[in-house]
Amino acid sequence: MGAESPFRFPPPEFESGHQLPLTAVPGGRAWIWEYIDVAVLLAALGIATWLIYKKRSRKGILALSIFSVLYFGFWRKGCVCSIGSLQNVALGVCDSSYGLPIGVLAFFVLPLIFALFAGRSFCAAVCPHGALQDLVLLRPIRLAPWLEQGLSVVPYFYMGAGVLFAATGSGFIICQYDPFITVFRMNGPVLMVTAGIVLLLLGTFVGRPYCRFLCPYGALLKLGSVFSRWRVRVTPTFCTQCRLCEASCPFGALNHPSSANPTDIRPERRRLVWTLVLVPVAVIVGGCLGFLASPAASRMHPTVQLAELFLKKGNAPVAYGPLTPEAFALERARRDPKQVLMEAALVQKRFQTATPLFGGWIGLVVALKLVGLALHRQSTDYEPDRGNCFSCARCFEYCPNETGARAFLETSVKPSAPLQPSAPS
Amino acid sequence: MIQATSMKPTPPPFHFSRRQFLRDGARVAAMTGLGTLVGLTAARTRGHGTVWQIDPQKCVRCGLCATSCVLEQSAVKCVHAHAICGYCQLCTGYFEPEPNDLNTGAENQLCPTAAIRRSFVEDPYYEYTIDEGLCIGCAKCVEGCNRFGNGSLFLQIRHDRCVNCNQCAISKVCPVDAFRRVPGSQPYLLKTTSHGS
Repeated sequence: MGAESPFRFPPPEFESGHQLPLTAVPGGRAWIWEYIDVAVLLAALGIATWLIYKKRSRKGILALSIFSVLYFGFWRKGCVCSIGSLQNVALGVCDSSYGLPIGVLAFFVLPLIFALFAGRSFCAAVCPHGALQDLVLLRPIRLAPWLEQGLSVVPYFYMGAGVLFAATGSGFIICQYDPFITVFRMNGPVLMVTAGIVLLLLGTFVGRPYCRFLCPYGALLKLGSVFSRWRVRVTPTFCTQCRLCEASCPFGALNHPSSANPTDIRPERRRLVWTLVLVPVAVIVGGCLGFLASPAASRMHPTVQLAELFLKKGNAPVAYGPLTPEAFALERARRDPKQVLMEAALVQKRFQTATPLFGGWIGLVVALKLVGLALHRQSTDYEPDRGNCFSCARCFEYCPNETGARAFLETSVKPSAPLQPSAPS
Repeated sequence: MIQATSMKPTPPPFHFSRRQFLRDGARVAAMTGLGTLVGLTAARTRGHGTVWQIDPQKCVRCGLCATSCVLEQSAVKCVHAHAICGYCQLCTGYFEPEPNDLNTGAENQLCPTAAIRRSFVEDPYYEYTIDEGLCIGCAKCVEGCNRFGNGSLFLQIRHDRCVNCNQCAISKVCPVDAFRRVPGSQPYLLKTTSHGS
């Protein structure tokens, strides 16, 4: 610093011995809470699985849903959540400077492990987003199959986009465009508050619209639960084909017995072969389209935005007076244009590798969806679809075997008086 | 009695075993993949993760901190490093550019919420402290102090308020890239005397 004082006004030396107050540095939420959150998540997942498989209790699931909405939703303000953790993990893998918190990693992994063994227990009553939508569902309607199947690929697109933008460091779009966080925080941008209200209103008659047609983490859980060790069944014993449960699922996740007509098999096989041939074609086409879209996608990154603004307006006269944020940014670029442009070029390069992968992913999802539609599903009973079932436990009550067994249990457990010969009074 | 498996008719054995085999294989593969992912990311995990903070050396006091936070009242507050402060009687962070009088009258204050308290220490020194309950992080005082004074006022994210969003909403709009993730063990980037002004 030399002889020159670094201060315009030298700090005073008080004669009265006045003590300088220290700058307060309030700490954040104690780290122990992160582990408590993980413990609550683990407990809730365990209880949900137990309620679904052992108790087969819709009431229990409802109670747990309310708890989850209160704890993970309103109390924790929807953060940390598994849906967003997908992006943290993507950033953690791609950016070595980003330290992924253990708690976030646990929120990402635990529901997935449960899905691999017991299906979507997380969606049933642990996820505050799912629980909230489940609680507002009043009069479910059935969606047309083409709409249902068509929209069911959207979560995979959204997941790909979330990973793409998180991995390239452009932002966390899944968090940014989360419709229910505004409900839990009772505050937020107008657009997202509106989206939240619209989705909740829609959710009163279309079961869980976000879970089914948007949720990127649900898409991952769906993939996991296709391979799950155990699965939810409508009936506790055996299916009598009574068809009482046929319309019980508000989420269109109940598979009907497949047609046993042998004349259907041959065209189905041909269709399957064609769709299988389509898979590599779709991936390559998607990849090429992704590569073409890379400049447009890279504009999501703030540095690229700034570089483009600088290239467009760099020579404009410097503004005087109070500067707008845009002018401040332009100032920064003017001071060191080389660095900004170089950083932007680096980001664009990253996008050039990432967007073809994203495009390929889109192609793969579409093609595999077609394969899935062409696959001949052999089933004789009414069974919840492994992937689509949210384990909400609604269908259990529709099965006469269930009610019969329950009535039997209740009478046999109670050593009630009428069964015993009454003593003469 | 309600054992799901006991009374279920068994499907044809060949079909069952093939599907089951594929499913088991996929599950094992998925678990391995998850394990690798956990191993890969856990190796980089910092003990307490990271939190967001403003680099006061980069901040240009644009005012977006007050309006862009996801919280109703921004988690960004003005912070005072008293060791740098000149304790001026005419504080350019406290008073309007041309104040009527050098007193605590509302018309003289720069702060829109009167969040700075001015107290007399000894002639001619006055002490300025921030009431964080009132401060909205608009940085008007920070601008005044940095432009004409020692720059002892600066903005910081207060971690007792910040919810540590994945992507800080203010960092996305910050024109000078002053927001960055810092280790949770050292969550503040304070101005100290060694920095100079």
